[in-house]
Amino acid sequence: MGLLAFFRRSPATANIAKERLRIIVSQERSARGGPDYLPLLRRELLEVIRKYVNVDPEAIQINLEREEGQEVLELSVQLPEKKAV
Amino acid sequence: MAEIIVTTSGKGGVGKTTTSASIASGIARRGKKVAVIDFDIGLRNLDLIMGCERRVVYDFVNVIQGESTLKQALIKDKRIETLFVLAASQTRDKDALSLEGVRKVLDELIADGFDYIICDSPAGIEKGAHLAMYFADRAIVVVNPEVSSVRDSDRILGLLASKTQRAEKDESKVKEHLLLTRYSPKRVAAGEMMSVDDVKEILGIEVIGVIPESPDVLAASNAGTPVILNAESDVSLAYEDAVARLLGETVPLRFLEEPKKGFFARMFGG
Ligand SMILES: Nc1ncnc2c1ncn2[C@@H]1O[C@H](COP(=O)(O)OP(=O)(O)OP(=O)(O)O)[C@@H](O)[C@H]1O
Ligand SMILES: [Mg+2]
Repeated sequence: MGLLAFFRRSPATANIAKERLRIIVSQERSARGGPDYLPLLRRELLEVIRKYVNVDPEAIQINLEREEGQEVLELSVQLPEKKAV
Repeated sequence: MAEIIVTTSGKGGVGKTTTSASIASGIARRGKKVAVIDFDIGLRNLDLIMGCERRVVYDFVNVIQGESTLKQALIKDKRIETLFVLAASQTRDKDALSLEGVRKVLDELIADGFDYIICDSPAGIEKGAHLAMYFADRAIVVVNPEVSSVRDSDRILGLLASKTQRAEKDESKVKEHLLLTRYSPKRVAAGEMMSVDDVKEILGIEVIGVIPESPDVLAASNAGTPVILNAESDVSLAYEDAVARLLGETVPLRFLEEPKKGFFARMFGG
């Protein structure tokens, strides 16, 4: 490490990388092997919900859980915080 | 019984060919008969890394299309008795490889008494990558400690579990090994780069090796020598450890910490 680099450290971003990967990888794994309509379903649900509340695509999580021969589609929507009027 | 090992990654340029060349050389140096095959049709490169580019007369596609025998196309390594290279074709026709063609070549190698067949996959998840992994018994998933490489390798894990012969025939699944390369202990210590444990935790597969980032890799490729054959560099020792683990030995990971330097070296570079 040279003198300059010693004083101009880049920020520690490894933890951010790990956290982002943890979420996206688990999301992609749950979609894998699931029905092909999942991404489309997600898009259309987003559109419907947006007719009522303005949510971010990130706020919608769809998970397909398989347990004992049953498939459960889990949908969670995080609503925006109410602003004081 | 022969073992077929694919070196794969999804993302391009992460170190698959470097790894295939070194792992093949390392196993062959231990007396096993090894063939290493370049599946990167149109972008032949393994021959350069192995240093045999001027001895390519026939290639993989020639064999599949019956224009040469396998024996004519296999290039015998000049350093290691038991090591052979099968070059990729330079054709632009991506359909030159077929599942049946690849099967035929692999069967013939097995019948010829090869112990290990290393398949160097092209980047991506298209046909070439699919064919390279299809017949594999084991997979070395090459990953850089970086977000896109890790995500792509998880896609590859999904394909290994669904789009391979073992998956389709309901046999025991392809054994997956994580090889983390271009690892910089210094940047990991500074919190700038994900650690081997971080990557392992996300992908959930066992680690077969951690290869440090090193200028020795470029030097070796310039010279056409698989880097594992360079005496006493950290990279060659790290690859040698990976070979030992592949062959079932238990070897602790090393080169995970930056070498200690004196005050002077720290302040003035190096
Ligand atoms: N441990 C390392 N340290 C430094 N450089 C490395 C290391 N491993 C690989 N490289 C460099 O990374 C580049 C890509 O390596 P390589 O060709 O092996 O990747 P690849 O995954 O086969 O690429 P492609 O997807 O194009 O087939 C090369 O320039 C190589 O020298
Ligand atoms: Mg390559």
